[in-house]
Amino acid sequence: MTDWRPSAPRNALVRRARLLAGIRAFFAARAVLEIDVPVLGRAGVTDVHIDNLVVAGAPPGYLQSSPEYFLKRLLAVHPEPVYYLGKAFRAGERGRLHNPEFTLLEWYRPDWDDRQLMDEVEALLRNLGAAGRAPCPRLDYGTCFRDALGLDPHTAADNELREQAAAAADQPAVRWRDEPRAICLDLLFSLKVEPRLPEGVVFVSDYPACQAALARVVHTPDGVPVARRFEVFLNRVELANGYWELTDADEQRRRFAADGALRAALGKPVRPADERLLAALAAGLPDCAGVALGVDRLLMQLLGAGHIRDVLAFAEG
Amino acid sequence: MAVYSTSEFRSGLKVMLDGDPCSILENEFVKPGKGQAFNRVRMRNLKTGRVWERTFKSGDSLEGADVVDVTMQYLYNDGEHWHFMTPETFEQCQADAMIVGDAARWLREQDNCVVTLYNGAPLAVTPPNHVELEIAETDPGMRGDTATGGTKPAKLVTGAVVKVPLFLNVGDVVRVDTRTGEYLSRARE
Repeated sequence: MTDWRPSAPRNALVRRARLLAGIRAFFAARAVLEIDVPVLGRAGVTDVHIDNLVVAGAPPGYLQSSPEYFLKRLLAVHPEPVYYLGKAFRAGERGRLHNPEFTLLEWYRPDWDDRQLMDEVEALLRNLGAAGRAPCPRLDYGTCFRDALGLDPHTAADNELREQAAAAADQPAVRWRDEPRAICLDLLFSLKVEPRLPEGVVFVSDYPACQAALARVVHTPDGVPVARRFEVFLNRVELANGYWELTDADEQRRRFAADGALRAALGKPVRPADERLLAALAAGLPDCAGVALGVDRLLMQLLGAGHIRDVLAFAEG
Repeated sequence: MAVYSTSEFRSGLKVMLDGDPCSILENEFVKPGKGQAFNRVRMRNLKTGRVWERTFKSGDSLEGADVVDVTMQYLYNDGEHWHFMTPETFEQCQADAMIVGDAARWLREQDNCVVTLYNGAPLAVTPPNHVELEIAETDPGMRGDTATGGTKPAKLVTGAVVKVPLFLNVGDVVRVDTRTGEYLSRARE
């Protein structure tokens, strides 16, 4: 047995401790309340591309893939700024930038929208030494996509996106014949757009409506629906994902059902919707913006680490 | 043949792609936070030697390729084919110049090498990483000149030409790295 030793060198552990303390100090100074929500919940997520780790039992428990549902249930009762800093879990995600158990920072700002929250993400990253003094670029998803691929992600036909996705994957077009639009966009953004993003901290916002997830969808002056969702990249690595949150319980229920249908079509287990979250939305979630940030990836960038295991005390498995 | 999912793709795994056997070199997991996960896979086509980069949706699978590496003894060349034998079973096979390729420059009769078999037929021949071979032709050695670091070409008994230090002579045995074709040291034989 030789793999009993810690994965990260001591300097990374010291830097991690400083980073966690820095995050808590930032939010303490802004009177954002830390909430220590459970990691083991009675419901999982319906997200098509996020799989919960399931804890056997009757009924089974779900290790939370993010503190989102608990924090939103809390906001429905106590509408005040809150954050969670702790572990989250996603089954099957393992690689240079992924570990099934990871550290997530997630926070919510009642009465704010995504634009205001982006300003605070930028302030946090500057405070933590990840962004310089110059303002960080704010890019538009559609513009980045058009610049890289010559296609409009909001209006291009599904078949055009499929052809480009198959070419980018170096796969025969026939294998992408039936791919949903959102999956083609995921592939093209990951392989063709991300590598062209500038160095440093970059915000990308206004996602295609089919990638709204839990963000509200608005219409541009030209009548194009866009999701008020943003992502933050640091040196072309995805660091954070934020929304101007959907607060409409009926629309949320429809999206959960659509997730379930797509999961069934893909042969994945269908997870029941979190009825407690839906009840909280029905009771009234305040208008708010929320964002989740991968702390391990931030630490990787601060240390110049090439693999997530280099910043984890123990990268098990 | 077994079927392998993207999460099982490891360096060295042999799979079928577009009808050709391939060896996986690298497998990178790519996933947008809210989106579909992909695996960017670099693999070598074992027939052509070309490296392919393909992106799969995580969870996609490929059929395993019936490719095995067997240590065999090189017997002889009949002018067209190279003949090999598994010492334990005395089973023999033959391979043409396309398959033997560069390995021919390093193999002496009776030497061991690795023959990669695909569906039981040779696909590639790999010589040992290090071989010791006698110099067949070279300019006469320059006595005492061991310090200047100069080199000269030397043709080995197998036909390979390597750069060797100036002091070596015909009949000397040298140790060579077959992956780089570089002289390593003089061998005591």
